[in-house]
Amino acid sequence: MQYIPNIIFALVLVAGIGFFIKNISKLIRNIKLGKSIDRSDQKSARWKNMAKIALGQYKMVRRPVSGILHVVVYVGFVIINIEVLEIVIDGLLGTHRVFKPILGNAFYGFLIGAFEIFAALVFVAVIVFWLRRNVINIKRFLSKEMKGWPKSDGNIILYFEMVLMTLFIVMNATDVTFQSGGIGNPISQFVYPLFNDFSSATLHLIERTSWWIHIVGILVFLNYLYYSKHLHILLAFPNTFYAKLQPKGQLDNLEAVTKEVQIMMDPDADPYAAPVEGTEDDVPEKFGASDVTDLNWVQLMNAYTCTECGRCTSACPANLTGKELSPRKIMMDTRDRMEEVGKNIDVNGGVFKDDGKQLLNDYISPEELWACTSCNACVQECPVNIDPLSIIMDMRRYLVMEESAAPQELNMMMTNIENNGAPWQYNQMDRLNWKDEE
Amino acid sequence: MIVPTMADMMAQGKQPEVLFWVGAAGSFDDRAKKITRAFVKILQQANVDFAVLGTEESSTGDAAKRAGNEFLFQMQAVTNIEILNAYEVKTIVTCDPHSFNTLKNEYPSLGGAYEVFHHTQYIKKLISEGRLSIDETTLKNKKVTFHDPCYLGRANDEYESPRELIKRLGVNLTEMKRSKSTALCCGAGGAQMFKEPEKGNKDINILRTEDALATQPEIIATGCPYCNTMMTDGVKFKEKEAEVAVLDIAELIAEANKL
Repeated sequence: MQYIPNIIFALVLVAGIGFFIKNISKLIRNIKLGKSIDRSDQKSARWKNMAKIALGQYKMVRRPVSGILHVVVYVGFVIINIEVLEIVIDGLLGTHRVFKPILGNAFYGFLIGAFEIFAALVFVAVIVFWLRRNVINIKRFLSKEMKGWPKSDGNIILYFEMVLMTLFIVMNATDVTFQSGGIGNPISQFVYPLFNDFSSATLHLIERTSWWIHIVGILVFLNYLYYSKHLHILLAFPNTFYAKLQPKGQLDNLEAVTKEVQIMMDPDADPYAAPVEGTEDDVPEKFGASDVTDLNWVQLMNAYTCTECGRCTSACPANLTGKELSPRKIMMDTRDRMEEVGKNIDVNGGVFKDDGKQLLNDYISPEELWACTSCNACVQECPVNIDPLSIIMDMRRYLVMEESAAPQELNMMMTNIENNGAPWQYNQMDRLNWKDEE
Repeated sequence: MIVPTMADMMAQGKQPEVLFWVGAAGSFDDRAKKITRAFVKILQQANVDFAVLGTEESSTGDAAKRAGNEFLFQMQAVTNIEILNAYEVKTIVTCDPHSFNTLKNEYPSLGGAYEVFHHTQYIKKLISEGRLSIDETTLKNKKVTFHDPCYLGRANDEYESPRELIKRLGVNLTEMKRSKSTALCCGAGGAQMFKEPEKGNKDINILRTEDALATQPEIIATGCPYCNTMMTDGVKFKEKEAEVAVLDIAELIAEANKL
């Protein structure tokens, strides 16, 4: 009978981690719905980016207030999680504070003391985050796309962190032996007196309850990630690693188009040539993107990585002047559609069944896409190197090359370029007139 | 003014040290043509052996590409690359950050690899080589603010060359609250120059002009013909054209050196 708690703990742990792995494999499957793109070059530059931007939070602190608070929560979260290792071992073996004798009182006290201080700092930072989202009117948290679930999602994550930090402190405060040791309790010693009137049995019960809710809470939080916007705590790392390394202004040159242009420009090409044997039934490649499966896997990973902070949108010139475009919404829509496609595949036995919907029009409107100035402010701002511009450009390509659906003025501009090599209707032969006009 | 073309040069068996890529705006837009001429005067003062393509130049395809027409872009690129390679062009300078970005970043994989300079980078180079100096007395103490072109700044991480030239003019440079990597777009990029904006509550160039006017400038310096148009329109909208001039850095240098 005495092993029942250990067994329950082991089952909870296996269930928590197992369910998480199941969801992560679904996430990887969904990301792989994207087209291939080679990002295996320049390994050292990629590691450097990941170390600087994800691990080092380099771009976060471009906005000092939210940036520094975020660093506190990030460092606190990572460090306090070392304690989880002890909790897991205690839970499995039925021990209590198993590291204490191993590390020695002084060092163990130092570690737990540091965790307590971080827990308190995280708690304060999270309170400020909550105020920023709910009390102070910060524009980027009030946008249209942040109504409903995205707003609740953000708050739920903050509540999780508040509760977990509180439980950690209460757990320590009600551990009578730990408190009487008088070491490693810089914060919990001030909470301990609140429980003065409780019997030692009650204290033990509170301590055990906190311990259990704390570890179960961590497992629930781990599994909440996939359903929330909070995956960035994991995906920030691969996302910065696989991010584009070329100058931000450089758009890719579509290879499928290059082939067509080569044939068009080749005086020896035979316009009536039969297709190469075996390729007669190949569907010609679609130009641009109208759905998530036309995007590449890095763009899809971008969508899962986005934590909806809205720095992109708050720097977007189109959004700042009241246009429909919001780069954050582009990422949220991409993720929502990807999830929809993923679920469709799940219920249809592993094959996607046409649902008559796509990313274009059903999620993202042409009006949003045409409002973009391609200024790269969103790309510059993203603290984890998400590239909303690449999705906008791929969708414009679909609109123009597959549907000929550019705004009329742009069609005129393009006709002019085709006819006279300039976006305006001027005679090519007048191109050097400027030299004689003064 | 005397502006040799690559065809002239070739006929004489000569190869210029640099090709000046004028761009569609610089060739046809009345306001931008002044920038083109100012830059030519600077090249001439520094005795740079340059040439233009003249009627053989065609749109880089930047606007077509950003409008989503990759076909048209690549047709333009291949045509231009054929001409550039036939003239064995190695070095290009342009006053248009959009041409700069496209030629520098998007032409190489299509067969056109050149050393490409924005005119502010090229002028900086001429100064460091001792071929040009800027008279810092003419515009002394003028109040200037600089609007970063997206395609020079964020797109290619070049923030310092234009600023170094502005400092050499002897003027007082005041940065806008949004500058360098946080600079706000003028509203022309991504083919917006050629269409009406979508429905909103303000035009982007007005918002950016407000950023600029908040620094109380006498001159708004630009480094892009499209930004120049957008900021000029913004200043007119705010009815400040009597007090505030919108000028390209090349024009400021030409004015300082009394060219």
